[in-house]
Amino acid sequence: MSNWREEEAMAETAATQLLKTRHERRQEATWHRVDWRKVALLLASLPFLLFLLLPLLALVLRATPADILAHLVDPSVAQAIQLSLVTTLCTLGLTVIGGTPLAYLLARGTFPGRTILDALLDLPIVMPPAVAGIALLVAFGRFGLLGHWLNALGIDIAFTPVAVVMAQTFVAAPFYIKAASTAFANVNHDIEDAAAVDGAGPFGVFGRITLPLSIAALMGGALMTWARALGEFGATIIFAGNFPGRTQTMPLAIYLGFELDLSAAITLAIVLLVMSFAILLLVRWALRQRIQTDQ
Amino acid sequence: MVTAQPASRRFHAVRSPHLFVASLLITLLLAVSACTGTNSGGSQPITLNVFAAASLQGAFTKIGSQFHTAHSNVTVSFNFGGSDTLAGQITQGAPADVFASANVAQMNVVVKGGQISSSAVQVFAHNRLVVIVPKNNPANIQTLQDLAKPGIKIVLAAKTVPVGGYALTFLSKASADPSFSASYQANVLKNVVSYETDVKSVLSKIALGEGDAGIVYTTDAATEPNSVTTIAIPDAFNVIATYPIAPLKNSKQSSTAQQFIAYVMSSDGQNVLASYGFIAASQGPQYTPPAS
Repeated sequence: MSNWREEEAMAETAATQLLKTRHERRQEATWHRVDWRKVALLLASLPFLLFLLLPLLALVLRATPADILAHLVDPSVAQAIQLSLVTTLCTLGLTVIGGTPLAYLLARGTFPGRTILDALLDLPIVMPPAVAGIALLVAFGRFGLLGHWLNALGIDIAFTPVAVVMAQTFVAAPFYIKAASTAFANVNHDIEDAAAVDGAGPFGVFGRITLPLSIAALMGGALMTWARALGEFGATIIFAGNFPGRTQTMPLAIYLGFELDLSAAITLAIVLLVMSFAILLLVRWALRQRIQTDQ
Repeated sequence: MVTAQPASRRFHAVRSPHLFVASLLITLLLAVSACTGTNSGGSQPITLNVFAAASLQGAFTKIGSQFHTAHSNVTVSFNFGGSDTLAGQITQGAPADVFASANVAQMNVVVKGGQISSSAVQVFAHNRLVVIVPKNNPANIQTLQDLAKPGIKIVLAAKTVPVGGYALTFLSKASADPSFSASYQANVLKNVVSYETDVKSVLSKIALGEGDAGIVYTTDAATEPNSVTTIAIPDAFNVIATYPIAPLKNSKQSSTAQQFIAYVMSSDGQNVLASYGFIAASQGPQYTPPAS
């Protein structure tokens, strides 16, 4: 038993070293020694950094705090924030429940067409969201491939919050599935085998070895999915339509606000940015936890 | 000793830094040359940026190519969208040379913003509303009154989009008429499942059969004759949409912009518009500038 613990600890140290990228190792080695290099690098980075950050700054500077507060109590703005939170949390839950077995299959399963399946699951990340919306409509719409069977059973999905969740899940779930399958693949087989030899059943191995060793990466992937779902626009507006309080999420309200009331749109945009930024910070935090638990 | 095979393999993959850097440089060079690549030669090629309402897409694309045939050095580049989106883009400084709006209100937004002079605005076309239902008509809608039947799914454009505003005007005019019930507008609005961001999205949702009925322009319905059926709205309740066009004050191509507008107003331009179902510029109200 103690031998197994020791082996696990050694494997984790080895894994930590391997998990550090080339970049991180080089940074540790030379970063603080060569100062001129740092300066030159900063100068070379500056134009692009400004280009990426200036629009965000402009957006924040455009609204006064009083403006933001006034619009936050506006029922249509509050409605959009609430709908966005509820639908994205559903998306997050569904993705973790449905995506985890799929990610494990991709990481561990050896079956013909695995590479093709892996690439297919990346497609929603790169396809224009409008394509995703049309695809969902022809699959689950009233006269869609599966939709007309559902319709016959009295289930109509389009124009409901369910459609919003489906659009978000379709576009955002691959982020979690990718992260989870990479994390599962990085868990050492030998540790799992050792646990199995020591009497753990398949669920025990997953719950006590695989899951704890990959939990930080899973959280990082889940948060990325959440952030992407929060920003989902194209697939939602095509598949779910736009109705305040039912399918009008924050990005849709921002788009319509751009046409009607620019300052309300800017308030929502800032709220969305702050939420997304907080989630992305959490992703960093989760991924740093991985390094720490490994050590 | 245990070794983590999969992870170590990952690093072997990028073992040759020279090859990696070389391929990165080549990619970068290609990207930069593609970005800066210009076609030299020819007499002063001009690109005219025309911001036009989504409902003009078919007609203006054709007018644009005819204009290019007549003026081979001019390429007309269109930005089609909801008139309100376009007006927003222009007042935020988008580089438009010509703005063609689907209603006077959005043209006036730009006039008030100072980007267009009200004396330069002309009306070039009119349009009218029509109710559309999918060809197989799942909700069995036969009359305008049927739109108020409970449980049907109606798709409208958002009220910020001209056609959405016109649809509301039609509903309120109908509610005031004895042949409809007084609660007609309220009942129809209860059936709305989505307020789309432009008229083409309303058309698509009905053409796909997702919605039971929608309200669009006659010209839009004409583009999907195989998938939608129309129900006419009588003149008494209908809204005649007025399409104004104008050059932007700070356009760098102002003479070309004037030529393009003249072409739209000419018999050639008006014929194209008529073939797409538009009503002639002369048959309807003319432009009245906003009170300042």
